[in-house]
Amino acid sequence: MSGRRPRGERGPLASVGLHAGLLLAVAISLFPVVWLVLTSLKPRDGWLSSELRLFDDSSLDNYARVLTATEFPRWLLNSVLTAGLTMVAGVFLAATTGYAVSRFRFPGHRGVMWLLLVTQMFPVAILIVPLYNLMAGLGLLNQIPGLVIAYMTIAVPFCAWMMKSYFDTVPIEIDQAGLVDGLTPFGVFRRVVLPLARPGIAVTAFYCFMTAWGEVGYATVFMSQEDKRTLGVGLQQFVGQHWSDWGLMTASAVLIAIPAGAVFLLVQRHLVTGLTAGATKA
Amino acid sequence: MTVSTGNATAARQEPRGRRRERPGRLRRSFGAHWYAWAMVAPVLAVMLVLIGWPLARGVYLSLTDATEANIGRTIGVNVIPSTYEFVGLDNYLQILTSAVFWDKLLWTVIWTVVCVAAHYGIGLALAVMLNRRMRLRSLYRVLLILPWAVPAFVAAFIWRYLYNSDYGVINGMLKLAGLAPVGWLDDPTTAKAAVIAVNVWIGVPFMMVALLGGLQSIPSELYEAAEVDGAGPWQRFRAITLPGLRRVSSTVILLGTIWTFNMFPIIFLVTRGGPGSETEILVTYAFREAFTGVRNYSGSAAWGVIILLMLVVLAVGYRRTLRAQGDPW
Repeated sequence: MSGRRPRGERGPLASVGLHAGLLLAVAISLFPVVWLVLTSLKPRDGWLSSELRLFDDSSLDNYARVLTATEFPRWLLNSVLTAGLTMVAGVFLAATTGYAVSRFRFPGHRGVMWLLLVTQMFPVAILIVPLYNLMAGLGLLNQIPGLVIAYMTIAVPFCAWMMKSYFDTVPIEIDQAGLVDGLTPFGVFRRVVLPLARPGIAVTAFYCFMTAWGEVGYATVFMSQEDKRTLGVGLQQFVGQHWSDWGLMTASAVLIAIPAGAVFLLVQRHLVTGLTAGATKA
Repeated sequence: MTVSTGNATAARQEPRGRRRERPGRLRRSFGAHWYAWAMVAPVLAVMLVLIGWPLARGVYLSLTDATEANIGRTIGVNVIPSTYEFVGLDNYLQILTSAVFWDKLLWTVIWTVVCVAAHYGIGLALAVMLNRRMRLRSLYRVLLILPWAVPAFVAAFIWRYLYNSDYGVINGMLKLAGLAPVGWLDDPTTAKAAVIAVNVWIGVPFMMVALLGGLQSIPSELYEAAEVDGAGPWQRFRAITLPGLRRVSSTVILLGTIWTFNMFPIIFLVTRGGPGSETEILVTYAFREAFTGVRNYSGSAAWGVIILLMLVVLAVGYRRTLRAQGDPW
């Protein structure tokens, strides 16, 4: 069909198909989120109906209840603290490693790369039992630092892997210029490459934050005390086996998803590069 | 490529090149490489302490009969010593000869293959569509990425609500269309389809963005040349697009497989493994084994080791295949 048209043009039928396909995909991708927001705005028991009414006597009742009558603010604080600490520690520890595996072909290089890949595969089940016993022994259960330590097992290899990809995108000639100017390899890293890789580090940090933010397995086991729970654990309360209140659930889900989603959409352009740039350039 | 600067330090530094160390040079290389090792040291230290040690202990536990009942504890001032014993490969034998393991393995494999195939297929289709010049392109792009921005546990809760048999909107729409409502999460088959749908919804945007990045790095001259030579759209797709995406594809498929295989929150929160334990994948099953009822630490550790071994074998095999096809690394 398109063979007879000038290059880059497409027929009206193809255009309609293209837009129809994309619109359908957009509808599917948006619907759950839109429905979530709509439900959260229904009055207290509004979720007890699946009727497709939209803004019928909407209220912020559910939000008020979540923020005042539940432990939600506490859980939010715990989540922010845990994810924040994990992010700082992960990025701080992993930055030099990412640089080293990006730049230097040292003996053991391949081993380190493999180690970073293999640790990404660790299922939650393999470390959780020994970590749980370890935390119990050290009195770190129900403590935010304990959970942060557990998250480091996920965050550190992940951050190192992502940062390697970003350092790969900084031309090596810049390092060489720094060396010619008399900097040591550490000096080159700290003064020349690190500032250049700042956007990459920001994205890695964000990703690291989101990973800790969304984790449920470790948190469920390690943070059993009501006031120590993170969001992923706490929200399970709202829709338990015998009692559920989807009004509370949907309102808190919106409160969690909207700020995260907003930041996410701002940085999304850079997100994937971190995971794939290294591999595509290799 | 290696750029010669004529400077002694730079030359010693082995810029990113294809040069490989030979065993004989290992000792002499300390002087040249100590700073690389020093930079790697913090991560290695953390991994050794936080991953290496628990891993070793996990492997050890998997060779014992440790449960909640016989593991050492400290309650107040009373220290209860451990009484579990070394039982060798008993746990492994028990798992590998149990029907439940093979059941879960089969479902985990189906879950992983179906999810990754759907992620990749739908992601690629959308990426190809978005790669065209058209109106509203960036708007489509942002709207399609949205599910990725929703944390997995929030997504799990959203979908559980959508699937709710009494108040869920999916059944609401079925009723509106005059059809009977379905107990989505109460029947093994529909529950499995339901969790797959949730995971596909979450996973497609990542694939789409990654593949779109890959598509944009393919030079358009290739397509123009092919078109001049009279290649049709399908031929161009097969001869230019797919090979051009190979590197990105291999990475995202490997990552996607690992992530899906270990995808914990979706199943844990959407169906809680139910009905029965029908939708339980290996990871969630091992988790439940360790932390419900009398906590079976040793059994869970053995499950964990088996899962990890399978993934390592998978990754090694995958990498080897890629290298055989001429991929570096």
